[in-house]
Amino acid sequence: MEFLTANLPYILAGISVGGQYALIAIGYTMVYGILRLINFAHGDVFMVAGLVMVYLTTVFPMWLSIPMVLVITVLLGFAIERAAYKPLRNAPRMSIMISAIGVSYLLQNCALYFTGGLAKVYPQIPWISKTVTIGGATTKMVTLITPVIAIVLIVVLVIFIKKTKIGMAMRAVSKDFETSQLMGIKINAVISATFIIGSLLAAVGSMLYFSNYASVVPTSGAMPGLKCFVAAVFGGIGSIPGAVIGAFIIGICENLIKGVGWTTFSDAFTFALLIVILLVKPTGLFGEKATDKV
Amino acid sequence: MTEKKDKKEVLYSLIGIAVLLIVIIILEKTIPSTSILFSVLKKGAIYSLAAVSMNLLNGFTGLFSLGQAGFMLIGAYAYAILTMPVTIKLSDSVYKYYDCIVGFQLGLIPSMIIAGLIAALFAFLIGLPVLRLKSDYLAIATLGFAEIIRAIFQWDTIGPLTNGANVLRKYLDLTDVTLPFSNIPFPPTLFIFIVAGICIAIIKMLIDSSYGRAFKAIRDDEIAAEAMGIGLFKHKEMSFIISSFFAGISGALLSMYQYTVQASQFKTAMTYEILLIVVIGGIGSISGSCIGSFLFIACNEWWLRFLDESSNNILGLNIMRSGFRKVVFSIIIMIIVLFFSKGIMGEKEISIKRMVDRLRRKKPKPAVEEGAK
Amino acid sequence: MSDNVLRLSDITMQFGGVVAVDNLSLEVNEGQIVALIGPNGAGKTTAFNCITGVYEPTNGQVSFYDKVIVSNYPHGKMKKLYKGSNADKYVHEKILNPTPDKITRKGIARTFQNIRLWKSMTVFENVLTAKHLHAKQNIFTSTFRISHAEERRMREETALLLEEQDLLRFRDELATSLPYGLQRRLEIARALATSPKLLLLDEPAAGMNPQETQELGEFIVQIREKYGVTILMIEHHMDLVMQFSDQIYVIDFGELISHGTPAVVQADQRVIDAYLGVVEEDA
Repeated sequence: MEFLTANLPYILAGISVGGQYALIAIGYTMVYGILRLINFAHGDVFMVAGLVMVYLTTVFPMWLSIPMVLVITVLLGFAIERAAYKPLRNAPRMSIMISAIGVSYLLQNCALYFTGGLAKVYPQIPWISKTVTIGGATTKMVTLITPVIAIVLIVVLVIFIKKTKIGMAMRAVSKDFETSQLMGIKINAVISATFIIGSLLAAVGSMLYFSNYASVVPTSGAMPGLKCFVAAVFGGIGSIPGAVIGAFIIGICENLIKGVGWTTFSDAFTFALLIVILLVKPTGLFGEKATDKV
Repeated sequence: MTEKKDKKEVLYSLIGIAVLLIVIIILEKTIPSTSILFSVLKKGAIYSLAAVSMNLLNGFTGLFSLGQAGFMLIGAYAYAILTMPVTIKLSDSVYKYYDCIVGFQLGLIPSMIIAGLIAALFAFLIGLPVLRLKSDYLAIATLGFAEIIRAIFQWDTIGPLTNGANVLRKYLDLTDVTLPFSNIPFPPTLFIFIVAGICIAIIKMLIDSSYGRAFKAIRDDEIAAEAMGIGLFKHKEMSFIISSFFAGISGALLSMYQYTVQASQFKTAMTYEILLIVVIGGIGSISGSCIGSFLFIACNEWWLRFLDESSNNILGLNIMRSGFRKVVFSIIIMIIVLFFSKGIMGEKEISIKRMVDRLRRKKPKPAVEEGAK
Repeated sequence: MSDNVLRLSDITMQFGGVVAVDNLSLEVNEGQIVALIGPNGAGKTTAFNCITGVYEPTNGQVSFYDKVIVSNYPHGKMKKLYKGSNADKYVHEKILNPTPDKITRKGIARTFQNIRLWKSMTVFENVLTAKHLHAKQNIFTSTFRISHAEERRMREETALLLEEQDLLRFRDELATSLPYGLQRRLEIARALATSPKLLLLDEPAAGMNPQETQELGEFIVQIREKYGVTILMIEHHMDLVMQFSDQIYVIDFGELISHGTPAVVQADQRVIDAYLGVVEEDA
């Protein structure tokens, strides 16, 4: 109990970051489930969403900026898939992964160009940037609201995948790409839908994340991106609940480590966790085992 | 290919290399050493080595590893710490907040080799767990290890060894290279070319050897390779260790070239750059990696510089300003990745012999002479 | 003196709850051509994979020249799940699960049902690379050409082997550019390059017409004579099996249902039932 009260701010921050990670991790896990691709550019899409918000709010009011950010991010995710991944659908897996790395490089350099390398101050979103005090710990409203938004969105997503026709198609494609194609599923539509959903959630995640961190730089997306991928692997790549649980675990552990004073290792910890899970249970917490046929 | 043809090929390559080195010597004698040409050549040669060592893994053994920056970091740090004069280690000029615990100093070449060996040792340890993983899991695990290495090198507790997150400097750099047994300075660009060239030649010899064929067999079909008696783990580990050894040496060269070294420089982005060089040159081609590296560095640091100058803007558009070069550059890279996925060389190598043959065919006379022999 | 080359004792392979090979025992003697036949999905290739170390059998032993090379019993999670018999028979034996390369090193080489040649390599390189495992060299001597005599020996042997298999004229062609039948033959040559004592052929005649199948049969007999290898093959072409094998083992649903000389197996009612299906009474 003493541990809890002493570390309450870190645990709260952890849950909040966990929720933000969860929103990003879903993008990774869904794309991997369908294309078997680590979408290295996803973290940068998340960063671009942050920058777009910065620039839009200088022109438009907040109530208009938020939906515009969502739309622009979705378009960006869709465009990346069409331009950089679709032409390589029959190429070896390594090429498509390299293409993803290339897109990541491009997005970062574009961001560098537009921002001139300066950190951009993230706008205050009314209400969610407000400070509140609970249990003696002062925190922003966003910390409290993040897990709620994350959980609600994830539940909606799970229902969407379970109940709708396109959701069913997604599940089919992730099980067997070729057969689904032969059965008349429009692969490209399904893949686009996956990228759209992933980008939408990343955009929401970016609003919550940057409200907490207050500034955006071109490399802001790289580290969270990698961590979210680790979260997805941790939970068992391809599994949405797995990614969410993984994200929360990583978010909380990372902040507790900061609490202990080992800030240098908060990033390294994530990767250590990844390596341990890959060695002990390569399929992650909820992943399915696949065997090669000889 | 018969052995006779092989020998001819080797001869031609040696002549080619000799010509290249002579050109470098002439350039260093004629052009002022501050010219940007030399920094491009030096950095290009260093990145060539890094790219070739990555190609050994990704292109020839089929292991998609993204740990290159980590191993370069180990090499760079090991080199800097080993060659820093003891007096500087003990003074406050570099190790300001720590008392350096390395109480000795080694020469340039031994340090470089030890830097490679330390990187290889790390590779051996990291390889034990991660090389059992498959394709993209391997990529992300090696990437993770590179990040962990970076975090460890910046850690306060080992500050007496690594100077924490602070810069290392005042170790032996390119200006300290001398001709053997004398104090005459050695031309720096030539030195880097020779070291990188020897390393690349060794990698090339490895690839052409029986072990290199075993690596390629693993790349083409792991299951068949294993069924033909090629131990997967053993050979992957070998490839990983050797690749890291040379990555370590390239890190050492980089620290020599830069005069200062800091862990924060060896980020994932660096690995990505090296990977893109490998892709531009052609995955599975050593000469491709070298060409790719020089092109990459030359574009990045020299040829596309004008794009960053706002004075070059026309029609009053403010497109060209700092950073525009990188945007154009990454678009070029994306075009290569998407439309020329084989890169410049594909899996082929530059063959001087083939070029000579082609030239000869155009002029029938020498061909007759050859026949007369 | 025993001339027993390969012995499978009570090999059971269970994937989760599915028993793919059930209590299979078979023997292959020196110089024989033995066929393993059975309907599709009977577990033939799985049995091969247990011998060659690709799979770890759930229970049972594999011996090669009377020396146990693979041994296992249901342990860990399998202990509860195990459905086969003889669960306690090998509990006191040491578990042995060598990787496929170790098995090949001992002298068992194989081909694959779906040809697995190294696609970026030429015909010559495919065979040469298979010589790597017995080469007397290490990575240092090999890289710096200190062991160049060994390399030359490997090249000469490869050329000889290709000559004998009538493949030398394709030596610098890409392996995958060869016609299908020649690819199969190259795969056999590659397996022979590892100097095996036992050769496992997984459907060597798949996709061949009767004429080619007949030639293949003669070819198999010929390599047995020439290289002194014992052969265990999985095959569907009954002509080939009946004409060229000394012993036949028939499995169905993972179980051994018959074995003996071609004549014995041909007359066995259980084999006929397995292939044609049992005639229902009211049919």
